[in-house]
Amino acid sequence: MKKRKDVVYGIYNDEHDLLNAVRSAKDKGLEIMDVYSPFPVHGLDPLLGLKESRLHIAGFFYGMIGTLTAFLGMTWIFTKDWPIIFGGKPYWAVPSFIPITFELTVLFSAIGMTISFYVVSGMGFGVDNFVLDERISDDKFCLAFDKEEVEVSDAKEFLESTNVEEIHEKVVKA
Amino acid sequence: MSAPVSSIREPLVLGHKTYHDITENLVAPTEKAPPLSWIAIFIPAVALLGLGTFAAVWTIYGGIGTWNLNRTINWGWDITNFVWWIGIGHAGTLISAILLLFRQKWRTGVNRAAEAMTIFAVMCAGFFPIIHMGRVWNAMFIFPYPNTRGSLWVNFNSALLWDVFAISTYFTVSLLFWYTGLVPDLATIRDRAKGLRKKLYSFFALGWTGAAKHWQRWEYLSLVLAGLATPLVLSVHTIVSFDFATSMIPGWHTTIFPPYFVAGAVFSGFAMVLTLMLIARKVLHLEQYITIAHIESMNKVILTTGSIVGVAYITELFISWYSGYIYEQWAFFNRAFGIYWWSYFGMMTANVVSPQFFWSKKLRRNVTFTFFLSIFINVGMWFERFVIIATTLARDFLPSSWSYYSPSWVEVSLYLGTFGLFFTLFLIFVRVAPVVAIAEVKHILKSAGDQYVGENATKNH
Repeated sequence: MKKRKDVVYGIYNDEHDLLNAVRSAKDKGLEIMDVYSPFPVHGLDPLLGLKESRLHIAGFFYGMIGTLTAFLGMTWIFTKDWPIIFGGKPYWAVPSFIPITFELTVLFSAIGMTISFYVVSGMGFGVDNFVLDERISDDKFCLAFDKEEVEVSDAKEFLESTNVEEIHEKVVKA
Repeated sequence: MSAPVSSIREPLVLGHKTYHDITENLVAPTEKAPPLSWIAIFIPAVALLGLGTFAAVWTIYGGIGTWNLNRTINWGWDITNFVWWIGIGHAGTLISAILLLFRQKWRTGVNRAAEAMTIFAVMCAGFFPIIHMGRVWNAMFIFPYPNTRGSLWVNFNSALLWDVFAISTYFTVSLLFWYTGLVPDLATIRDRAKGLRKKLYSFFALGWTGAAKHWQRWEYLSLVLAGLATPLVLSVHTIVSFDFATSMIPGWHTTIFPPYFVAGAVFSGFAMVLTLMLIARKVLHLEQYITIAHIESMNKVILTTGSIVGVAYITELFISWYSGYIYEQWAFFNRAFGIYWWSYFGMMTANVVSPQFFWSKKLRRNVTFTFFLSIFINVGMWFERFVIIATTLARDFLPSSWSYYSPSWVEVSLYLGTFGLFFTLFLIFVRVAPVVAIAEVKHILKSAGDQYVGENATKNH
C-alpha cells in the first residue's frame, strides 16, 4: 500500500518570515500540513495549535515501573527467594536498596521516554521518511500545504502574498 | 528568536555567521580528507590502544599476578584510573544537562564534544574494574539474573554493586541523550551527502524531517533527560565514593566523600574538556564557535570546583584532628608526610593552588595558559585518587604488613591503553559527526551571534 501526498510548499530564509506566514495562514483559515525548520522555532507551537507533548508524563510512569521493579525485586530476592545476612543487617535492608532503586528509576524512565519519542514520531534506524527539501536541515524554513486539504491556487496565492523565497510542488510518499 | 539581549553579553558565535555558514563550517570536517594534524594524533592514539590491548591480553593470560598489587595494597593504579576516568566523564553531563536547565547558552559550543567525551571516558573507566576481576569471562556474574548457581543473587547491600548499576545507567542515559541530540545534525549531513554516504547517514539519522511536532517532542525529551541526568550525575560519583566511604579504613570512612568526589569529578572533567577542546578548536578551526568567552566560562567553573575541592581537603584534615581518633589522625599525617608524600604534594599543588590563578581575568582568557593548567589539573586529580587509594592501603592496621607499591609495566600499559582508546574514539567521532551541535548553535545565533549582540545589537534589529 503506497500512499502519496501531493504537496505545495514555500521556502523562507528566516524564522520571522515563517512565523508571519504561519500566522496569516491561520487568519485566512488555510489548513497547514506541516512546518519544517533546521532548528526548533519558538512561538510556532501555539500558532500551529500543537498541544503540549505528553512525553514527560509517560516518563513518570516508566520511572515508576523502574522504581517498583528494583525495590520489589530486591525485596523478593532478599526476603523470600534467598535470604542472606550481610554484615548483620536485616534481610529487608531498605536504606541499602535506595541507590539501586534510584538508578533503575532513571534508567527505565530515560529508555522508555526515548523509545516512545522515536515510536510516536515514526522514526527509527533505517526509517526513510520523506524530506521535502534537502535545505531544510541547512538554512531554509518550509511551510507546506497538502493539495487534498487546500486548493493549489489558493495555496500559491497565499504563499506569494508572504515574504516567501521560493514556491515548489512535489509528490512524496506519505 | 530575538529575546532582549544585554549589550554587555559577549557574543558566542563570531564571524557574522549565517545559518548556512554554520552548516558549512561544522559539517566540513566530516566531508574532507583528514588534515595532517589529525593523522599525527590518530597514529599514536592507535599505537597506545594497541599497547593497551596487548597488556590486557597479557593480564588475562597471566592473571592479576602480572601487576604489582600485593596483599596489603590490593587496589592500585587500576582503581585509581577507574575513579579518574569516571570523574572525567562527569563534565559532559554537567555541561549538557545542568547548564541546559540553567539556560546557559555557552553550553551549545561545547556540549556535543563533552557528551562524546563522557561516553568514551565511561568506557575507559568501566574497563578497569572488569579487568581487575581477573577472570573477566565471568564478568556477567555482577548482574543479577536467574542463574544455575542456585539461583544465587548478587549482594544488593554492597556499594560495589551499586556502582555497577550507577555506571551502567549513567552510560546508557548519556548515550541516549547524546544520540538524540545528534539526530538532527546527522540529518544535516545526510541531506548534503551523495551515494553510499547518503545511505549510511540516512540509516543513522532515523528519518528525521525537521517537522514542528518532532522539534517540540525533541526539546521536551532533551529537557526531561537533562532533568533526569542531573541527579544521576551526582549519584554516580556519590556511589563511587561509597566504595571507599562504606569501608572501615581510616581515611576512607568519611562522610565528606560524596560531595568532595562530585566536586572533584566536575573539576577534573572540565579540565579534560578544556584539554580536548583547545586541541579540537585548533585542529578543526572552530575558533569562531568555541570562543574565548566559552573558555573563560569553563575556567570559572574550574575555579569554583577547584576551590570546593581545596576546602574539602582542608576540612578532611581538620576533622581528622578534631575527631580525636588517633588512627584517623595518623592516616592523614601519613598521607602528607609518609612514603607517598610526593603524591600528596602533587595533589595539593595541582588541585588547590593552580586553579587560584584563574582569579585573574587575563589568565582565564589566555588559551596557552589554560591548556597547560588543564593538563596540570588532570595530573593533580589523578594524584588525588592515588593518594586516597595507595597511601591509605600501604599503611594499614598491622605494621608487619606495611608495604610499598609501584606499578608494573602491565599496569602502566593498561593506563596508556585507555588513553589510546579514548583518543581513537574521539578522533573517529570528529570525523563522522559534527563536533559542535549544529542545530543548537543555529538556535542561539540570533541571541548570541556577534552581529546581534553588543554594539551591533541595535543595527540588526
